[in-house]
Amino acid sequence: VKFSGRTGSTGDIPQFTNSPTLIVMVGLPARGKTYISKKLTRYLNWIGVPTKVFNLGQYRREAVQAYKTFEFFLPDNEEAMKIRKACAITALKDIHHYFTQEQGQVAVFDATNTTRDRRADILCFAKESGYKVFFVESICDDPDIIEANIMEVKLSSPDYQDCDKEEALVDFLKRIECYKMSYVPLDDEMDRNLSYIKIFNVGFRYLVNRVQDHIQSRIVYYLMNIHVTPRSIYLCRHGESELNLLGRIGGDSGLSPRGNKFACTLAGFIQSQCIRNLKVWTSHMKRTIQTAEALGVAYEQWKALNEIDAGVCEELTYEEIQEHYPEEFALRDQDKYRYRYPKGESYEDLVHRLEPVIMELERQENVLVVCHQAVMRCLLAYFLDKSAEELPYLKCPLHTVLKLTPVAYGCKVESVFLNVEAVNTHRDRPVNVDVSRDPQDALLTVPEHI
Amino acid sequence: FLSSSQMWCASICPASLPPFIVPLRMCMTNCPTLIVTVGLPARGKTYISKKLTRYLNWIGVPTKEFNVGQYRRDCVKIYKSFEFFRPDNEEGLKIRKQCASAALNDVQQYLGEEGGQVAVFDATNTTRERRETIVRFAEQNGYKVFFVESVCEDPDVIAENIVQVKLGSPDYTDCNTDEAIEDFMKRIKCYENSYQTLDEDLDRELSFIKIIDVGRRYLVNRVLDHIQSRIVYYLMNIHITPRSIYLCRHGESDLNVKGRIGGDSGLSLRGKEFARYLAKFIQDQNIKDLKVWTSQMKRTIQTAEALSVPYEQWKALNEIDAGVCEEMMYEEIQENYPLEFALRDQDKYRYRYPKGESYEDLVQRLEPVIMELERQENVLVICHQAVMRCLLAYFLDKSADELPYLKCPLHTVLKLTPVAYGCKVESISLNVDAVNTHRDKPEVGPHCTAWGPVSSNMRSVPVLSATCTLGLELLSRRISDRWLLNRGDILKPVRLDLFPHFVFPAE
Repeated sequence: VKFSGRTGSTGDIPQFTNSPTLIVMVGLPARGKTYISKKLTRYLNWIGVPTKVFNLGQYRREAVQAYKTFEFFLPDNEEAMKIRKACAITALKDIHHYFTQEQGQVAVFDATNTTRDRRADILCFAKESGYKVFFVESICDDPDIIEANIMEVKLSSPDYQDCDKEEALVDFLKRIECYKMSYVPLDDEMDRNLSYIKIFNVGFRYLVNRVQDHIQSRIVYYLMNIHVTPRSIYLCRHGESELNLLGRIGGDSGLSPRGNKFACTLAGFIQSQCIRNLKVWTSHMKRTIQTAEALGVAYEQWKALNEIDAGVCEELTYEEIQEHYPEEFALRDQDKYRYRYPKGESYEDLVHRLEPVIMELERQENVLVVCHQAVMRCLLAYFLDKSAEELPYLKCPLHTVLKLTPVAYGCKVESVFLNVEAVNTHRDRPVNVDVSRDPQDALLTVPEHI
Repeated sequence: FLSSSQMWCASICPASLPPFIVPLRMCMTNCPTLIVTVGLPARGKTYISKKLTRYLNWIGVPTKEFNVGQYRRDCVKIYKSFEFFRPDNEEGLKIRKQCASAALNDVQQYLGEEGGQVAVFDATNTTRERRETIVRFAEQNGYKVFFVESVCEDPDVIAENIVQVKLGSPDYTDCNTDEAIEDFMKRIKCYENSYQTLDEDLDRELSFIKIIDVGRRYLVNRVLDHIQSRIVYYLMNIHITPRSIYLCRHGESDLNVKGRIGGDSGLSLRGKEFARYLAKFIQDQNIKDLKVWTSQMKRTIQTAEALSVPYEQWKALNEIDAGVCEEMMYEEIQENYPLEFALRDQDKYRYRYPKGESYEDLVQRLEPVIMELERQENVLVICHQAVMRCLLAYFLDKSADELPYLKCPLHTVLKLTPVAYGCKVESISLNVDAVNTHRDKPEVGPHCTAWGPVSSNMRSVPVLSATCTLGLELLSRRISDRWLLNRGDILKPVRLDLFPHFVFPAE
């Protein structure tokens, strides 16, 4: 294992040289399986574990172009049964391809998988190829939650685009009935050798059986921390700092006069939002602390929210970096996500250190996070499911608050610029990333500064 | 400035903002937590209590366990037989109830007046009635309650428990093994008839984790907050499969030889020799499925390379970042940063190098390493002095004050093997000479001048007046950077007690 000082991999998630993991969802329709599948996939990809969802409903929609009624799902509909089984086999084939040809590490098989037979087939498939299997079963008997689910995600499904809401609701409830008759939940006795987590009523209670390894342990921890209570997360950077004005990166300077003005404006904005039980988090750096101070409320400081450590390049301007470290500068443009400043950090390192922040954000309800450019990019990439390539180039301008509200399977974003001018600190990827490029080419995208 | 019973926390920013005061209790962890164990004797309750307490203290959550059996032993000086525990032994019941009350009183004292955050009430608590009493007690005092039940019917596991920890108990000092086992089995019987396990329905309102068959299976109900979530995660990762953890530092490095701290140099000749000796040592130990972990710094990687086995690199295992003091000799630090040097000796655990880290920061970054070490079996960790001190402090339950002074010499392997309620340590020096990099805590006194030449008999607390503005600025920056808030999830009080003569700026 060679160590490259520049773009070393974190190795903090022990490299999984062992087998890929197949996560198998189990549960009646409208129990949150797809919600969990997508969220879990987003989280695993963000922490660097290549993961993909395989949604059986999607395969079915491709096979049977137009959905008619719930009758497709009647247990005695032989024609439909044939199609549904064929879809399952195709999905498993694709999973196999994902693991063997696409370097996938985790696949989430999102389907009802409500019968013992179906689960036995999947276990067989996994055993043949040496995949580990972990079941995630969602059990819910609260009719309010089920109805809310249906309203939120089913009515707008392609299956119901030509129906009115009432019809759709009635049809979907009948669809659920089709499954209920043959539903066999994971059993304490009969399934005692399987690895699984059973989630009861959206997290009220969990039953965890035979966790095999690190990744399953992390998955369990994550699933036990997420919730569906409506809330919003506000992300913003500190107010403009003295070093921002000078075009210098990193450091630990205080706010400029405009930065101070932003802090006061932020206080007004937060008050106007009338947010219930808002928690405020900052980093340990002066500029975020000073910003939070203006809010006049209690705040928590997280060292993990500190800006990316630019190592030897701390407090330099991009021009100075080009002058003193032209090769480093180019290497960074080549792979901004993995590039690690000498004696500093990479975005990849940042993601790793932000993971506990994300975990706590999942547990919390309304939170305002006052942080830094690179940090905000990492957090945003988690919520908006941005890839490692896009992440370092996400636009997070000063004096702008992003309000993220979970909705359906994703996140609604509202961007609010608080009308206090600030320098631009965003540097796009230049066209020429060659190590031997001219300084002009390197500095083409550097924003203006004093 | 502040009474000692209520620690307040002040942030002073050089940009002349008004001090911002937050009472310690109001922070994220709000009310204290009372963890209550549940289960028949020999189900691992005390093992779990002690281990959990050790973990929570290490990550910075003040925790203490209260073992009712201990209170009983203090009360009833001599244990005669299992008859004391018979359900119809009224005298016995009275004493046991008193002991439980005494323990709860001490819990109240710890959580209320001694700054405790979590108390672990270690007793059988096998009846619903007893648990209700505890819940009422907690409600009255504003504590959150979290039950940890251990259920196990495997006779081999129970027998092993008895052999490991019961036979050596003060209760059985005068018995032979067979007598002791027989008596203990009868003791368990006394509890069995009245045992009411936590029930999914009857106890649906309670927060608990039920651990079944030493972790094969868990039932988790109503996790209320961050600390309970962390406790559940920890309990779900520990195991009792016998194994050993080997800790050592990289071989002697070039910078070690020059007396310089930090940096990223390669091994010296002697360091390389150590690596070869280490390879042979590991081979001779014949360890099953050994995993090898290193940091991402050259010196640990070069050491592991000599073992010719696969190894994993963890950035989290990198040595403490000495910031502006990286690659300096202690003499140079003394010359260039005398104040920093003095402050570090005052509170080596919390002191953070400018642009660097503190031991406290290290512990936070090592937490995932500890969690994974708990999951694993046989592991060899090749790391660095400060890192090894942190890991060792976790396994050997050393306090934050002792941690930065633990002796971790080069070329020495520590083999840690869990036994009973603790850890056996074997120290093996591989007989390759190396420089000594250990610096003991120097003599500290109440007064010193910040700007005079620093003698070898270093004194600590600087005496500064409002006229010494440079010192003030430096100090206030140290306060806002360093001692204010070193952890994300728990606001810590400013160590104003370290600066009795400090005069705050007028604004």
